[in-house]
Amino acid sequence: MKLQRMNRRALTLGALAVSGALALTACGSDDTGSKDNGGGKTATAAAGSIKCDDAKGQLLADGSSAQKNAIDAWVKAFTQACSGVQINYKGGGSGAGVTAFTQGQVAFAGSDSALKPEEVTASKKVCNGGTGIDLPMVGGPIAVGFNVPGVEKLVLDAPTLAKIFDSKISKWNDEAIKKLNPDAKLPDLKIQAFHRSDESGTTDNFTKYLIAATPDNWKYSGGKAWQAKGGQSAPQSSGVAQQVKQTSGAIGYMELSYAKDGIKAAAIDTGASAPVEATIENTTKAIADAKVVGTGSDLSLELNRATKAEGAYPITLVTYEIVCDKGNKADTLPATKAFLRYIASEDGQKVLSGIDYAPIPTEIIAKVRTTIDALS
Amino acid sequence: MDISTQSTDAPPPSPQPSVTEQKRSSHGATRPGDRIFLGLSRGSGIFLLVIMAAIAVFLTYRASLAISKDHGNFLTTFEWNTNLVPPTFGIAVLAFGTVISSIIAMVLAVPIAVAIALFITHYAPRRFGGPVAYVIDLLAAVPSIVYGLWGALILVPHMTGLYGWLDTYLGWTGIFSWQGGAPRSMLTVGILLAIMILPIITNVSREVFRQVPQMHEEAALALGATRWEVIRMSVLPFGRSGVISASMLGLGRALGETMAVATVLSPDFLIHGSLLDPGGGTFAQNIASKFGEATEQGRDALIASGLVLFVITLLVNGAARAIIARRKEYSGANA
Repeated sequence: MKLQRMNRRALTLGALAVSGALALTACGSDDTGSKDNGGGKTATAAAGSIKCDDAKGQLLADGSSAQKNAIDAWVKAFTQACSGVQINYKGGGSGAGVTAFTQGQVAFAGSDSALKPEEVTASKKVCNGGTGIDLPMVGGPIAVGFNVPGVEKLVLDAPTLAKIFDSKISKWNDEAIKKLNPDAKLPDLKIQAFHRSDESGTTDNFTKYLIAATPDNWKYSGGKAWQAKGGQSAPQSSGVAQQVKQTSGAIGYMELSYAKDGIKAAAIDTGASAPVEATIENTTKAIADAKVVGTGSDLSLELNRATKAEGAYPITLVTYEIVCDKGNKADTLPATKAFLRYIASEDGQKVLSGIDYAPIPTEIIAKVRTTIDALS
Repeated sequence: MDISTQSTDAPPPSPQPSVTEQKRSSHGATRPGDRIFLGLSRGSGIFLLVIMAAIAVFLTYRASLAISKDHGNFLTTFEWNTNLVPPTFGIAVLAFGTVISSIIAMVLAVPIAVAIALFITHYAPRRFGGPVAYVIDLLAAVPSIVYGLWGALILVPHMTGLYGWLDTYLGWTGIFSWQGGAPRSMLTVGILLAIMILPIITNVSREVFRQVPQMHEEAALALGATRWEVIRMSVLPFGRSGVISASMLGLGRALGETMAVATVLSPDFLIHGSLLDPGGGTFAQNIASKFGEATEQGRDALIASGLVLFVITLLVNGAARAIIARRKEYSGANA
């Protein structure tokens, strides 16, 4: 009897361990990707201009959540015109997209940063006789949103921005901010700087801007994870926007479409004759100032982040579609080509400005179109 | 009082098979139905163990890949940057945050849950106790992301008053000093977790308190005990191990809670002296935050951190079982 009781106890312990493990996994599988639905607006395109060619079947894609709203709008228009095609873009994040691409699970991937050399090498396994290439498709301004009572317009420059996000400037009535905003009534209020708690292309591009524009004030190495100590954080652009909205004295960076309803976006003093507002047009101007650095048919861009061009908004993100230049899978190639051709077309790019993204400037998008035509 | 020492066993609701029944089931599987059932249940048991072992092997393998590349010390580094070359990451902050937030949640939730369970079983009129129990159970049905959104949108903005009060009267302790940051701290997370684990603790405790033998209570009443004395002398000692089990179930949920923490906390990789300072992090929250953009290397590192959480959970549950088991040995109920 005693022995049997011991056994039962051991069994219960085991059962507890197992159910504990199950409970853990159950929590882990909660969906995190579905919150980035900030755009909400839909754009309709002239369906007549979409060429379906012989595209049909199901197209799987995964990647950057920053361009998810754009892809959704495109997919809607495209599948209305080409009813034989189903496109399933999962906004699982750039990292997930690239991983899925190099494992051959998706026809194309969306990514906020161009492929790294080791990822290009990995892509050769999937692209039969070719490599993965980056096609810039969507530009986006990263707005610096603020919530300071009594302040409607705010001008900041790179050094001040860096010091604010590095906790070197802690009050809104700091001399450095006053100097940039002589007319504003800046309160004696603590600055609450919000950054992203998840790894993000937005963080990557925001810190790349700080590194390029003011290397003395921003000494971190950059990347998708936030590195400076101090400040506060929230998940996703929507989370940061939420916090900025409800916290008096807050400042944070987010995609432009989130900077509304009580959040004002700061203008950036780049050294041009007037401070630059975060708008779609100003972003396209900044991308026009970029260089194509990709080799061959790869069109990855290097933005001139320290730009002083008139009206070029420097805190800008370009997201890419990643495909194989040669050796795309035969059954998905027609659909991939037709879809990419549509989104790079004038109509496709026109959709963007209606949903707070920036179209790619004419010269670069022309190269993208040529590259798409050559995909095989 | 003799009652208190006689009745400290957790009452499993299932009836215990008698010795003869056990004999029959283990030796005399004569009919085909018995044999099939025996084979099925044994097969399921073995299948479960094999799955568990496979998961363990997979996790350990991936975790060891990550740790072997870690440039920092996996246990003590205050950083999580798996994209650096070489990558640097450590679980110190996560372990601290996970334990602290769970402790806060337990300290708040257990007394309240026990009080609610006692109220429902021993004080409330039957007509009233039922609906209250039902409402508490409903709390358990709310998905954690909803708690997270509620926490971020409603709880956090309303915490400033409490934070100010704590800072004014208890700020001198250090752990309740407040710099005026948004209240997205370990304390808020602990409060949210407490609300989330309340139903499970209440529910199990309620069932346990219901199982208290009527005779014990009536005996105590007959000796002239007040209602509170009945609870203290017969109900609480009888339910103690059950309440501990219930708390452990709640603790398991608190340790592993993901989305609510990720939504409410303002994570960073520092250990803050004050519970009111925004910052810190938990294992599950960190996995949720970093997984989407993580590279292969990053995912392995997250798996390694998950494995540590798994070990912590096992240790806690094991300790709880040990406590319950020791109490059983001393109790007269099983003799």
